[in-house]
Amino acid sequence: MITVKFFASAADIVQQRESKMEVIDGQNVSDLLDTLCSEYPRLEMLRPALRVAVNHEYANDEDPIHDGDEVALIPPVSGGRE
Amino acid sequence: MIEITRDEIDFEAVTKSVFSDTSGAVATFLGTARQDEDGKNLVMLDYDAYPEMAVKKMEQVRDEIMERWPADKVSIVHRFGPIGVQVVSVAIAVSCPHRKEAFDACEYAINRIKEIVPVWKKEVYEDGSEWVEQLGK
Repeated sequence: MITVKFFASAADIVQQRESKMEVIDGQNVSDLLDTLCSEYPRLEMLRPALRVAVNHEYANDEDPIHDGDEVALIPPVSGGRE
Repeated sequence: MIEITRDEIDFEAVTKSVFSDTSGAVATFLGTARQDEDGKNLVMLDYDAYPEMAVKKMEQVRDEIMERWPADKVSIVHRFGPIGVQVVSVAIAVSCPHRKEAFDACEYAINRIKEIVPVWKKEVYEDGSEWVEQLGK
């Protein structure tokens, strides 16, 4: 079981802040995004700009996800022009 | 001092927290909520945050500054939740032996915060709201 956290526009799309999910053995960040996007198609629009954090650290698409991890969808962090 | 808080930021305390015997310069940056340029009537800003990771990433910004400049101390306090216009949303203070490095390090801090600290700004208007997420905005 992993915890998936949603923030800002991602939380608006999935209508929740946190979800528990089963991980399949060998699953990586990209696989998890595929699963989430099929469940919540509107996430697909956000996906190109979305970063993923695993246990509070930015992760790459190929990084593996393990049982007990805390995964977060991170929409672009921004606000304020230079 | 590295914190994320829902409470009002005591920016004088943030500034004083970096004072040191070896510093001749303290640069403080305050980010404040403002009306947008496009004339829509902003009621408030509402910041979302991932507090545990935000603290970790602000600590990373502090560590990067300590590596790049001869900084004595760095403090960063970010606020989240609803914030009215003219209210401080982020306070950064850097102390260094000399002023140029203090100014440069402080500017680096706010730029890095905008890149890596998971805090999101929602503009709330009288007739709706939107997340400010466009890159470069």
